[in-house]
Amino acid sequence: MHIHKHEVIIVGAGGAGLMAALYASQGGADVAVISKLYPTRSHTGAALGGIGAALGNMEEDKPLWHAYDTVKGGDYLADQDAAKVLAEEAVAAVVELEHMGLPYDRNENGRISQRRFGGHTSNFGEKPVRRACHSADRTGHMILQTLYQQCIKNNARFFDEFHVIDLIVNNGVACGVVAVQLSTGDMHIFHGKAIFFATGGWGRVWQITSNAHSLTGDGAAICFRRGVPMQDMEFYQFHPTGLYGLGVLLTEGIRGEGGVLINGKGERFMEKYAPKIKDLASRDVVSRSIYMELRAGNGINGKNYVYLDIRPETVNRFLAEAGETRRIDTSTVIKALAETLDLCRTYAGVDPLTQPMPIQPTAHYAMGGIPTNIDTEVILDENKTVMRGLYAAGECACVSAHGANRLGTNSLVDLVVFGRRGGMVMANYVKGVDWTPLPDKPTAEIEAEFNRIRNSKGKLKTAELRNKMQQVMMDKVGVFRKGSEITEAVEDVKALTQEYMTNITIDDRGFKFNTDLLEAWELGNLLELAHVTAVSAVARTESRGAHSREDFPNRDDDQWMVHTLAKRCTDDLYPAEVPAMELNHKKAVDTSLADLDPRFLPKERTY
Amino acid sequence: MEVTFRIKRYNPELPGKDKPYWQEFTLKDVVATDRVLELLHRIKWEQDGTLTMRRSCSHGICGSDAMRINGINALACKLLIRDVGEKVQVEPILGLPVLKDLVVDMEPFFEHYRAVMPYMVNNTPVPADGRERLQNQTDKDQITETTNCILCACCTTSCPSFWANGKYVGPAAIVQAHRFIFDTRDQTSPTRLQALSDPNGVWRCRTIYNCTPACPRGIQVTKAIGEVKLAIRKNSTQNVVKVSEIKEH
Ligand SMILES: Cc1cc2nc3c(=O)[nH]c(=O)nc-3n(C[C@H](O)[C@H](O)[C@H](O)COP(=O)(O)OP(=O)(O)OC[C@H]3O[C@@H](n4cnc5c(N)ncnc54)[C@H](O)[C@@H]3O)c2cc1C
Ligand code: FES
Repeated sequence: MHIHKHEVIIVGAGGAGLMAALYASQGGADVAVISKLYPTRSHTGAALGGIGAALGNMEEDKPLWHAYDTVKGGDYLADQDAAKVLAEEAVAAVVELEHMGLPYDRNENGRISQRRFGGHTSNFGEKPVRRACHSADRTGHMILQTLYQQCIKNNARFFDEFHVIDLIVNNGVACGVVAVQLSTGDMHIFHGKAIFFATGGWGRVWQITSNAHSLTGDGAAICFRRGVPMQDMEFYQFHPTGLYGLGVLLTEGIRGEGGVLINGKGERFMEKYAPKIKDLASRDVVSRSIYMELRAGNGINGKNYVYLDIRPETVNRFLAEAGETRRIDTSTVIKALAETLDLCRTYAGVDPLTQPMPIQPTAHYAMGGIPTNIDTEVILDENKTVMRGLYAAGECACVSAHGANRLGTNSLVDLVVFGRRGGMVMANYVKGVDWTPLPDKPTAEIEAEFNRIRNSKGKLKTAELRNKMQQVMMDKVGVFRKGSEITEAVEDVKALTQEYMTNITIDDRGFKFNTDLLEAWELGNLLELAHVTAVSAVARTESRGAHSREDFPNRDDDQWMVHTLAKRCTDDLYPAEVPAMELNHKKAVDTSLADLDPRFLPKERTY
Repeated sequence: MEVTFRIKRYNPELPGKDKPYWQEFTLKDVVATDRVLELLHRIKWEQDGTLTMRRSCSHGICGSDAMRINGINALACKLLIRDVGEKVQVEPILGLPVLKDLVVDMEPFFEHYRAVMPYMVNNTPVPADGRERLQNQTDKDQITETTNCILCACCTTSCPSFWANGKYVGPAAIVQAHRFIFDTRDQTSPTRLQALSDPNGVWRCRTIYNCTPACPRGIQVTKAIGEVKLAIRKNSTQNVVKVSEIKEH
């Protein structure tokens, strides 16, 4: 067994992990970053449109307005202390990225250029505001590259292509992780004082998704198995504009530049659903509107998609109708949306300069996850009891700044703001604590599970099972939900999990680069998270943000201004039966901004 | 349609398969818009789970799945069957040690990357108001193209000079250096230019031009290398980069 010892162990090298690594090492800690992918392969690199911060470079803007949009966008389930930190610290974090070398686009004064994005407004919802800082439509790529470059500059210690498979806990204190080295198949123990999870999302639970194959929710599932509750798992965002059939994301920046959604009758249907800001309403609203159009038979040629149109003649016609003086031309589109043009041409054979793009909603972002406080410390219950030594940030975490629905550009903000805070907090923490010793045989349980999978001789290939799960979740726990269907989904997922535990088979029984085995193990994580998602979704008998119940169409603030905490009712890492789940609805939403300013009180959400 | 894959295999752990060999797979019900990566997945998921490759994003942004497909370097997720035809030959990229099937050891590649100091150095204190450093868009546009690099290694491993001499830093590292050399905010260009004028630096480029068509991001790699060469000759970064007309690729 290989044992490594570093004060701070960071699992995940996307935006959140790298930001934490930088600030923890600048704070003097000895840091190791473990990642199953080479850092630059992380999905942060796929983020397109921008990162929001109230710099006010284009027009007046304030962090408080950004916080308001975040809370409102989150359908009032966002914790307001977290939304405040997010909006305020975004400004410094975005500027620090510039100092690190991030090549933002610039305005005529040489300052960071900003553009409109869904749900971002000035003066408490008055009108759209230019807040998204960008580098063409490859902002995430630039953030990831810039942070990785800085880590190289600072000689950060990386363990690339090490797949973390378990969390080590001793007497309630997190003190390490177990990882498999891909190239050898060897198990390694990483002993640490502070363990930081930044493993990203789990879009692969659903069939149509914008997420990478690698986004299988490992970190969340690992923590869940070790007794950490999962918070608000019923809130999963479907982005309105995925490329039809593939789910590849077309950025909201397209609508930010003036692009419009058009149904089969040639109508700009968002005028009906969000008369004020139309196509730039928040994502849950737009995704639902698309589904309503499809249900009403208004898809293109009767099919399950609508058009997103950025052709200058279309955009300019609508700008003129709205009495705006701004006009766009081909070169605006080429400059601002290079990546989008490339994606559409490559994968759909459509040239957005001359043709509209076929789109459908795509599973995109987990609002829920590992519960933390604003210092990224993982918490265990409604009293916010901290689990010592354990931290999380980024998409795998739920702080919860995004509540029931995340606004565009706010994930990148989340990564850098909370990654940065986490890094600083951990650097401090490790100075003051002793090492918690490793428990006896820390790898026994996970080794047993790996041996089971390696030697499995059942009948089902893991890909078959994964497909079934993705189909069930797409059909029954998607954009629109019904109690009866979600209940069926719970049963379906349990049955699939049972199959997974008893009847799978893999072909590769070796050690080196055994991706067959690791994919099978990842499926176990997806099933675990699909199960919690469905169980959490049945229980929430209201519609809020991304969680839309046809049998409970209204938001119910009297009963439901609370977070969901789901716990697994067993300490067994890999029990023989699918474990039961216990839900707790006692953790109230933080409303500290509303206490000072009534504009933050929940009200009906119109755009 | 039916498509035949011919894949170069190698598994160091399995006797009999521990020398490179070719294996054929046939796939039915393939459509012209299927991605090569998708079909490799179908082989792995339906026929042979031991087939091993790297991949993640599946839409050309993470840079995991560079392979040599029908003799040309590409990202498997960015090539569609309609681009490659019904007979597809897939092998690992050249010039790096093969670890298993299509997986190569990327460490030598990243070592070259690190050698060009791929990070911004600017020791002037940041503006007193705590805000961003200023840069105008035209200056920023000098590096727009080279900042696009995703480190997939398609260019470097298509370069005969790199095959001939693995010590050559290679096109990708030069593209990454270009991104800093011509960033008006950076202050270390002289050091970088000096490092790149080393015998294993830019002069090993013989403008064979394989790298440019291999780049899945549309970067004009040979042009970027040329600009670095010119800056070394002029000993200046001024008026070197011609910001291309907004170009359609
Ligand atoms: C197509 C697309 C476009 C987007 N556009 C935007 C946008 O414009 N603005 C915005 O704000 N947000 C956007 N988002 C959302 C945002 O990009 C993500 O939420 C965010 O990047 C997640 O970052 P992260 O650091 O949490 O995780 P990731 O970047 O996903 O990184 C996860 C890391 O964890 C590692 N990892 C995972 N599991 C393990 C394991 N078991 N062991 C070891 N390492 C592991 C991976 O190797 C990786 O390094 C977009 C998302 C997508 C999919
Ligand atoms: S899988 Fe990411 S580039 Fe192909």
